Amino acid sequence: MHDEQSTTRDTERGEMMTGETATARSAQPSARPTARLDAAVPGSATALEPAADVVMATRGMEVYYRDFRAIDPMDIDFSARQITALIGPSGCGKSTALRSLNRMNDLITGARVIGSVTYHGEDIYDNGIDPVEIRRRIGMVFQKPNPFPKSIFDNIAFGPRIAGFKGNMAELVEESLLKAALWDEVKDKLNESAFALSGGQQQRLCIARAIATSPDVLLMDEPCSALDPIATLRIEELMMELKENYSIIIVTHNMQQAARVSDMTAFFNVALNDRGQRTGHLVEFSPTDQLFTSPREKATEDYITGRFG
Amino acid sequence: MSIDATPANAHPSLHTRSANAAKRKRKDRMMTGLLIFCVTLVLIPIALILYQVVQRGIGAMSWEFLSKVQPFAQRREGGGYLNGLFGTLYLLVIAVTVAVPLGIATATFIVEYKDSKLSPVIRFFTDVMSGVPSIFIGLYIYALLVQGRIGFSIGFSTLAGGLALSLLMLPIVARASEEVLRLVPDDLRNAAFGLGARRWQVVTKTVLPAASSGLITGSMLAVGRAAGETAPLLLTALGAFVVTPALVNAPQSALPLLIYNEARGPFDAAHARAWAGALELMLLVLILTIVARAVNRNHDMEQ
Repeated sequence: MHDEQSTTRDTERGEMMTGETATARSAQPSARPTARLDAAVPGSATALEPAADVVMATRGMEVYYRDFRAIDPMDIDFSARQITALIGPSGCGKSTALRSLNRMNDLITGARVIGSVTYHGEDIYDNGIDPVEIRRRIGMVFQKPNPFPKSIFDNIAFGPRIAGFKGNMAELVEESLLKAALWDEVKDKLNESAFALSGGQQQRLCIARAIATSPDVLLMDEPCSALDPIATLRIEELMMELKENYSIIIVTHNMQQAARVSDMTAFFNVALNDRGQRTGHLVEFSPTDQLFTSPREKATEDYITGRFG
Repeated sequence: MSIDATPANAHPSLHTRSANAAKRKRKDRMMTGLLIFCVTLVLIPIALILYQVVQRGIGAMSWEFLSKVQPFAQRREGGGYLNGLFGTLYLLVIAVTVAVPLGIATATFIVEYKDSKLSPVIRFFTDVMSGVPSIFIGLYIYALLVQGRIGFSIGFSTLAGGLALSLLMLPIVARASEEVLRLVPDDLRNAAFGLGARRWQVVTKTVLPAASSGLITGSMLAVGRAAGETAPLLLTALGAFVVTPALVNAPQSALPLLIYNEARGPFDAAHARAWAGALELMLLVLILTIVARAVNRNHDMEQ
């Protein structure tokens, strides 16, 4: 039943997609989604070519907490070196969706993910795939800045150390802090506690810490919600710089932020299902300027114009 | 009344209390007073104990008391509790070595591996264990190791006494550590997991270091408790008149054992030594606590 549903949605999306994204969309890395997509977009001979610019993709991804379905099946392609924003009202499952992309949900008892989530064409939920390896390549930045109660240096060095990094640690720390635009502010106090930094600096430290394990995708779960507007602006500038080398997926409550920084935006909404549970679903996934100027769905328009949520 | 004279929309003075404000303030003061009274009530026995121990113990406390062993005959004056001090420290080293790592490991399992089915079972048994009377622990070690029910005997000895104390400490360390580990914010665990740490790395590199000061405090609580225990030692360490470095097959002395033996006799000289022994024991626990805090503070600064 849900296969049908997904296929329908694929078709809709196929019609709406334009240009680059449509190409990205039609070249599916993993076998099962490809088969389904071929049905949806008939005669696309190039469909089997792996697309270089899709870094992660979900196909029929549902998330359950025990027997409660938190998210209806959703299909999204995340483009490489772009910023994809996930927006929507509270409880719509956008954070849950984000946490499913690097298997952080494995840590929650009773959480289950169904369907496929591919990373460069490999299903991250395949048997025999180590979630620890996933999290090293798909880094995460959390809502509240969460530095360790250690020095600035040790915070950055944490990831590489546990991974058994043997190279020049000082160099790696400097490089990570430079990329996170924090080096100039902390270069003279690397041995001081990370707690001495301001909230915005702490969040950039967390970004630097995530970068230090050389991921190629960064997941950000409302990274600016605990920060003031100036610190928020710095993080946004940083994200724009980072997207040259990283693919960024950001959950945000702030629609202006999504509009400012992201290339693609996914709008999630929440609805009561037949069992009276509040389940989130993907309403619309479009290029950001399109989603905010001419949304396809009525629900999206209501949300972005502030009529609910 | 000037209030009546002011126009209706005038701002009433901040000095006037509205509605039930006065009543609430009185109630607030009453509650504060009640709490201070309760705290004082609790502090009185503590103060009396401290006063008694210091006042009675200080007389017999001397360099001789600290550096000599007790006289063979209780009626003799002089001598000291060096045998007991040595024994207590020796027993505590064994007890801490066994109980602290095991207790923290138990707490770590209960908190960090809470998805395991074993976790609640272990927690339940830790609770039960902390309710076991200490004389039972002594009896158990006596039957198992002193009598030799396991096939060999280590006799009345330091090891038997130390293991009895460690059994007493284990649930205290485990429960105190469990509370401390629960206080470590999940943010830290998530941060470590998000960087690709394995569970043991999350525990050893982030959770335990973050909780270290609380873990040390919890352990010191258990040490203080064990240092003063007499019952588990009666059937295991037994007591000795000399400083005993042997680990097995030789009875060991301890401060609470000496206090117990000398305080219940009829001799004034023995009573004086027992009071000094009580003071010594109190100071010992105090010093150990201070040292542990100091070590921990330095450790915190390094982080």
